[in-house]
Amino acid sequence: MAIVIEQPDAPRSRKGAQWEKRAWIFMRISGVILIFLIIGHLLVNLVLPERGVKAIDFAFVAGKWASPFWQVYDGLILWLALIHGTNGMRTLVNDYSEREWLRKALNVTLWVTAAALLLLGTLVITTFDPCIDPNVHNYLPDLVCKG
Amino acid sequence: MSIAVESVKEIAAVPSFTVTLFVRRFDPEKDEEPKWQDFDVTVFGTDRVLDALHKIKWELDGSLTFRRSCAHGVCGSDAMRINGRNRLACKTLIKDLDITQPIYVEPIKGLKVEKDLVVDMNPFYQAYRDVKPFLIASDKPTAERIQSPEDRARFEDTTKCILCAACTTSCPVFWTDNQYFGPAAIVNAHRFIFDSRDEAAEVRLDILNDKEGVWRCRTTFNCTEACPRGIEVTKAIAEVKQAVLRGRR
Repeated sequence: MAIVIEQPDAPRSRKGAQWEKRAWIFMRISGVILIFLIIGHLLVNLVLPERGVKAIDFAFVAGKWASPFWQVYDGLILWLALIHGTNGMRTLVNDYSEREWLRKALNVTLWVTAAALLLLGTLVITTFDPCIDPNVHNYLPDLVCKG
Repeated sequence: MSIAVESVKEIAAVPSFTVTLFVRRFDPEKDEEPKWQDFDVTVFGTDRVLDALHKIKWELDGSLTFRRSCAHGVCGSDAMRINGRNRLACKTLIKDLDITQPIYVEPIKGLKVEKDLVVDMNPFYQAYRDVKPFLIASDKPTAERIQSPEDRARFEDTTKCILCAACTTSCPVFWTDNQYFGPAAIVNAHRFIFDSRDEAAEVRLDILNDKEGVWRCRTTFNCTEACPRGIEVTKAIAEVKQAVLRGRR
């Protein structure tokens, strides 16, 4: 049997090494994009409307999500912020949990929660129907919701 | 008049004062847990924390255990946590600390304490070994390898490392995760990655592009503040990160 001598400089088996690099890059890029998205979000929701925060109600949201622009905008914030935040929590868990089972449990909880929230949020944004509100006729013209 | 005469006399003498040192003691043969022990020591304005420790060991309690070799900030043996900050005991003047309060001296954090202020440095050295801290070149060393001053300046800062472990043991990531290479290993990888004579930058970058590699750095700058040689450690780590992203130095 031939003896195989390990190459000292050969690349080691590196499960998930690139993943850590990609996560790092994602945090930087999403962080920069989120700064602008969130400033815009706050301006449009709180500063520009005449009545400020009091302007936000079901009708306000319905009005925004009637436009594909705000659907994409809010969808972007949802995905970027949630993954950014969850990955940040993951690094905290990795930094401070010393027991392996605890680390795994916390991380699985984190990502399951994030996936559920992403799914719910995306569903709400893409399938939003203002007509589910029984009082919709109080603030929307009747022709929007037929029947 | 008499006051003036006395003060003239005192100028010649180095002022002495009494300080209290709380030292974190641990004897593996007796203690379950480390405990604080306090010593009152008379020291001079020119004394360093190391001198106070010497005084304790030589005059008060010979069982006090700590490392030191050169005692002049070159060998890097006596890194310890003084008043919550990682410093070399031989480079910390007592008069520069707040002497109205006791001085707290502990072993550096994140490495197993063997006795008193002595810790097991092996994990630290292993991380250092893992980044291949030596010149790797394929050509035969038949002549001097010429390097321009500019190329040399590229890694000048990281050549200053004395492997005292002050940076690595000030790193909050290292405290909980001993697998992390730590600032010192990355600094020493930096020293060769950016050396124009070295040919194995890719190998080292590959080693540091790891789950426990440069990406664990949280840029807290503890390492830069801790370094007794004034190396800009966090900057060096950031440069290695950039090099990993580029895939070359």
